[in-house]
Amino acid sequence: MKPPPFAYFDPTTLEEALGLKAQHGLDASVLAGGQSLVPLLNMRLASPEVLVDTNRVDGLGGLRRSNGTLELGSMVRQYVLEDDEVVAQAVPLLAAAARHVGHRENRHRGTVGGSLAHADPAAELPCLALVLSAELVARSNRGERVIPASDFFDGFMSTVLQPDEILTAVRIPVPAGNVGWGFEEVARRFGDFALAAAAALVTLGDDGSVASASVALAGVSDTPVRATEYEQALVGTDPTPDNVASAARIIERLVTTSDDIHATQVYRRKVAAVTASRAVTAAVNRARGGE
Amino acid sequence: MAGDMRSITLTINGRQLSRDVETRLTLADFLRDHLDLTGVHLGCEHGVCGCCTVLLDGRSVRSCLMFAVQADGHEIETVEGLSTDIDKLHPIQEAFSEEHALQCGFCTPAMILRTKELITNDGELSREEIREQLSGILCRCTGYQNIVNAVVSAREKMHDPQVAGR
Repeated sequence: MKPPPFAYFDPTTLEEALGLKAQHGLDASVLAGGQSLVPLLNMRLASPEVLVDTNRVDGLGGLRRSNGTLELGSMVRQYVLEDDEVVAQAVPLLAAAARHVGHRENRHRGTVGGSLAHADPAAELPCLALVLSAELVARSNRGERVIPASDFFDGFMSTVLQPDEILTAVRIPVPAGNVGWGFEEVARRFGDFALAAAAALVTLGDDGSVASASVALAGVSDTPVRATEYEQALVGTDPTPDNVASAARIIERLVTTSDDIHATQVYRRKVAAVTASRAVTAAVNRARGGE
Repeated sequence: MAGDMRSITLTINGRQLSRDVETRLTLADFLRDHLDLTGVHLGCEHGVCGCCTVLLDGRSVRSCLMFAVQADGHEIETVEGLSTDIDKLHPIQEAFSEEHALQCGFCTPAMILRTKELITNDGELSREEIREQLSGILCRCTGYQNIVNAVVSAREKMHDPQVAGR
């Protein structure tokens, strides 16, 4: 239960960090908050030759809202999402869902970029990046790349980040108009990974019908998934709880996680559909001006 | 590569000190094995049990998921920083004792530090909120009832001007 030996670097500039990634590539792991990587090291499930600790890198820990975008530096700690007024105003979905990310002690260290790059399919932040149509900014010595969240998650705990790239920021379009949000999670214990979690944004038209919907799920597949068929089924309908719930049966087909010690696949299908319909109903209620 | 050493300077329980550490040494092992702060308990060593919780610049973190070298330049508080004098316990320690908020005591240092953080930063919390805020630390003895009682009682003690400031 002790980490294997590694060469440790804690650069203070992004240029130095990128230089190390360019030099060591796949042999170097980025150490952000350490809430996923250090357990893997301690259990010796990972043994990178080099750790590039980005905690002292200047300029990755800030957040700002401008021109309809909330930009979070990749080293923004997860607890900041919970506590920060700018986040709460701009993207209340993010603020509300953040308290489901591990426990508060984890969120004091865990980072936004770390969770996205780790890409656990049951984690909340990758699912939130998808539902919010976030853009992820990756830097390398070759330059900067902006990757839509929908292209970022590439398979089980795998992303399209290249061996020389470091995630530096996340850009989230601030939802505007007559839009409401919802987030629902079922976990065995508070703070555990989700059996299934769903996040939703719903925009209502003047007649009260669904103008657009964005729904994403965690815990149901190899990657977080957008429920596009469900979204399409909702558009144009009167979003009564019954309509929202019956359309949610489509969700069951998205669930590919096999039986595990936490739940059978059959149970997970039910949980996924129920969390999705609850998230959408909550979003509809908020779009109507309720809480 | 093994034995990669670094010199670090940090403040622990109000006292500044410098040590040479191997870069792969966790903060938990540094505190226990190099500084004899054995109130830092290691249960799982992978961030699940929460018994190794310490305060880093006033915020609770799992010390098994940090390297000592990462604490360079920072301030750490362990349970030993509250009081080691049995005749002059910190109000939170008093509350845990009076409310029978511990049996084996393994999670207690973590619970006490987390309580200190909650009382300092979060003001008034309902019992339900206290439960959520303590969810990161596992206690296998008490069923948590008395721990929640102790947090409530500690908050009352700390807000009493007679004991505040201790």
